[in-house]
Amino acid sequence: MSFQVRLGVVLLCHADLDVAARMARIWAEGGARVVIHVDAKVPESRLGPMKAALAGLDGVMYSRRHRCDWGRFNLVRATQDAAEALLHEYPDITHVYLASGACLPLRPIADLIAFLAADPQRDHIESVSAHEVGWAVGGLNEERFTLYFPFDWRRQRWLFDRFVEWQRRLGIRRRLPRGVAPHLGAQWWCLTAETLRLILNDPRRAEFDRYFRLSWIPDESYFQTLVRRHSVDVESRSLTLAQFDHQGRPYQLYDDHIRLLEESRCFVARKAWPRAARLMAHFPRPMTGHADMSPPQPARFQRMINRTVMRRVLGRPGLYMQSRYPRKDAENGKTSAPYAVFQGFSDVFPEFETWLTDRVSGDVHGHLFGPEGVEFAGRPEIGPGAISSNSMLRDHDAQGFLTALIRITTRMQIFQFSPRDNQVLNWFIATDPNAHLIVVTGAWMLPLLQSGMPFDDIRRVTALLQRGEIEQLDVLNSVWVKARVQVHDLSDFLSRPLALLDEAVRQIDPQAAPVTDLPRMRDLTGLDDLLRRLRNSGLRPRLTGDGLPLTNIDDGQRRSAE
Amino acid sequence: MTPLGRLPVPDRIRRRLERQYLIGRAVRRRRVLHAVADRTALIQPKDILAFVTQRNERIRLPYFLDYYRNLGVRHFLFVDNASDDGSSDFLREQADVSLWWTDSSYKRHRFGMDWINWLLLRYGRGHWCLTVDPDEFLIYPHCDTRPLDALTDWLDASGRPSFPAMLLDMYPKGGIEDQIYREGQDPFEIARWFDPANYSISKNQYLGNLWIQGGPRTRAFFSYDPLTGPALNKIPLVKWHWRYAYVSSTHMLLPRGLNHVYDESGGEMASGSLLHAKFLSTFAQKSAEELDRRQHYANSKEYRAYHSGMQRGTTLWCSESREYQDWRQLEDLGLISRGNWA
Repeated sequence: MSFQVRLGVVLLCHADLDVAARMARIWAEGGARVVIHVDAKVPESRLGPMKAALAGLDGVMYSRRHRCDWGRFNLVRATQDAAEALLHEYPDITHVYLASGACLPLRPIADLIAFLAADPQRDHIESVSAHEVGWAVGGLNEERFTLYFPFDWRRQRWLFDRFVEWQRRLGIRRRLPRGVAPHLGAQWWCLTAETLRLILNDPRRAEFDRYFRLSWIPDESYFQTLVRRHSVDVESRSLTLAQFDHQGRPYQLYDDHIRLLEESRCFVARKAWPRAARLMAHFPRPMTGHADMSPPQPARFQRMINRTVMRRVLGRPGLYMQSRYPRKDAENGKTSAPYAVFQGFSDVFPEFETWLTDRVSGDVHGHLFGPEGVEFAGRPEIGPGAISSNSMLRDHDAQGFLTALIRITTRMQIFQFSPRDNQVLNWFIATDPNAHLIVVTGAWMLPLLQSGMPFDDIRRVTALLQRGEIEQLDVLNSVWVKARVQVHDLSDFLSRPLALLDEAVRQIDPQAAPVTDLPRMRDLTGLDDLLRRLRNSGLRPRLTGDGLPLTNIDDGQRRSAE
Repeated sequence: MTPLGRLPVPDRIRRRLERQYLIGRAVRRRRVLHAVADRTALIQPKDILAFVTQRNERIRLPYFLDYYRNLGVRHFLFVDNASDDGSSDFLREQADVSLWWTDSSYKRHRFGMDWINWLLLRYGRGHWCLTVDPDEFLIYPHCDTRPLDALTDWLDASGRPSFPAMLLDMYPKGGIEDQIYREGQDPFEIARWFDPANYSISKNQYLGNLWIQGGPRTRAFFSYDPLTGPALNKIPLVKWHWRYAYVSSTHMLLPRGLNHVYDESGGEMASGSLLHAKFLSTFAQKSAEELDRRQHYANSKEYRAYHSGMQRGTTLWCSESREYQDWRQLEDLGLISRGNWA
């Protein structure tokens, strides 16, 4: 290696000076010059132990203390001062690394030095054009540069928000300094001393500082923007592994992250939980004899973080629990898996449930929402997931009942439905893309045929069920339906039951064998007579369809009347 | 519940009055508590504190204390409700326990919550406070690798003042009395089964909390009137402020913002679980005793239901029960969530 890298580190410390002192020692013992900036909010008394801990260590110095507030310019000011002091004290420095007191070096400092030496002119700083939307998480993107931000976001939130609103309303747009293209990026960088000097000694620095003083979070934009003016070789990736959650707060690292961090091959990670003792003891990894200059590969770690962010923001579909209780239509998936609802089939074919069980792969239940109780497949007292078959419990939280059942089982859930059942989930099921409804309207009338009830009772029940099914059909015919819905009326279904049944079975289970035989069908004798009597008693059957013999008689009657 | 009755008071003001009433009540009734061992001077500023009411739980206490010591609880504040099994002597000798004694009515002090609210007000301010019963064991995401301070630090950093942990009833396979629980034993060596999906949720608009019911108790003991089954939602871990008050057990708090521990736009917030080791061999004796005292919620309806259930020889286990493994299992089942605590 011909080029000799001499590394300087600017260490910004806020709290936990014990940890910061350890980090400073790691850097210094690795051969770096360290300048420590301690937030002016930290009382002088707590500085003593830190200085004592670092006493006798070569190449550690302290810079002028500034008060640092999150998102304000004083963080940049502190960095500038510290970097200037460092470059002044050690003019032979070739690279400067900006780190915080909570940044944990993962690999030996010698690795980092070797990595930098491989391409000594390169500046490692994430710098993304602010016009590229989407870098910043949970904050303003371009408005950081075009509005004024005189208020502190943490302490003066109300004023901050009002002032932003007011500026938006007035259409205020700050003018950027001439020749500057706003860029954003992670706060932590590693610049060559050359580039850093150019930035700090820029003849127009006063103008830039004035501008950035009132922009928002300048520590993520000051160096990121100005490096574009001076650097010839920008590697737009931070060497520090820092992940932010959906609100822009950094993730903390714990003992159980050791393996992932080691695999990430990153040089520095933030931010370590101060009491993660095993983590702190494990890193940085000791030297392995010769310096390893392989680049960082944070992809796997980032995937883990992204999964967590997704869980926080979108959650698991179909899950309703103590810390996820989405509002209606904000569910990100009403249920967790596809399911099928057969309506009317068990009325036409009394043994439909067992018949279907043999033909499709899935749990075929009876009427899950039946009024007497929950008819789980096989009729156990306690269903899958220990869900009770008590109808009162089910109706107490019907949606929770269905979603929990679908989530806890591994196979597809298929159940029977009818207008006799609890109708409270009609909208929920109709608007759920996982649902598949196959409806034969008017089929509920068939069990009444052989019921032996007095006609007056049949008439009353018919009126009730018909009204219920018409209301349900209103839902199924609305424009909001997301479920796959097939509605046949009874006469239509009876005219070609085999074909329709085959179609339905294949749709819910494409692997199912073709349907060649029908289950035993209920005896239909007397249906036309019943329909006529209902009609004559003033109740028009509306859902059975027009294909039944009754209609012919009807036509005949009408014709004779004409 | 409070003397406000049916006056036409806006909800916001009603909640505030209720909260003030609860705090005032806790302050007024502090006199019934007699300090037996007051080691509260040992409490350091950032310590995590546990607040416990107990009666005749001697056999459970050693494991309970060790469990929470391991998690990182620094000090225990116990209220002993007239125990006669030596638990008071046992607690008095523990170096990290402060003990108060009272023989007042548990029921008339809102099932002990007046006492706890007072201790929280007096000693809990500014601390993360865990309010649990001796048979409740907190499980949270990463609890096998991260101590409780990691969680509370993270909650602090996220600006969350409260952490939910749903009560998960654990039971043994076979009869509840079949395996004898020995002092110091991990109760979940015996009671290691639970209901994975048998829970219903409804939202309480007034206090903003979720009302979770179900589990084996509702399934086995309350089938005749399931909607009166016990509530399982709990918020046991709170960064206490003197203005806070528990309303009903640790199910909900005032101000109501503390109850908002769930996401309503589809995301998941972090949550844990309280494993409930109630159904051990000690249970039948306990339920008979509590039945005599009639000191429990809703006229000890729970205990009466349990007792009749026990005499019928009910076992809670069923073929759909799951055997407890670890927090990851609970997370996969959707009973707890890591939220964005990676």
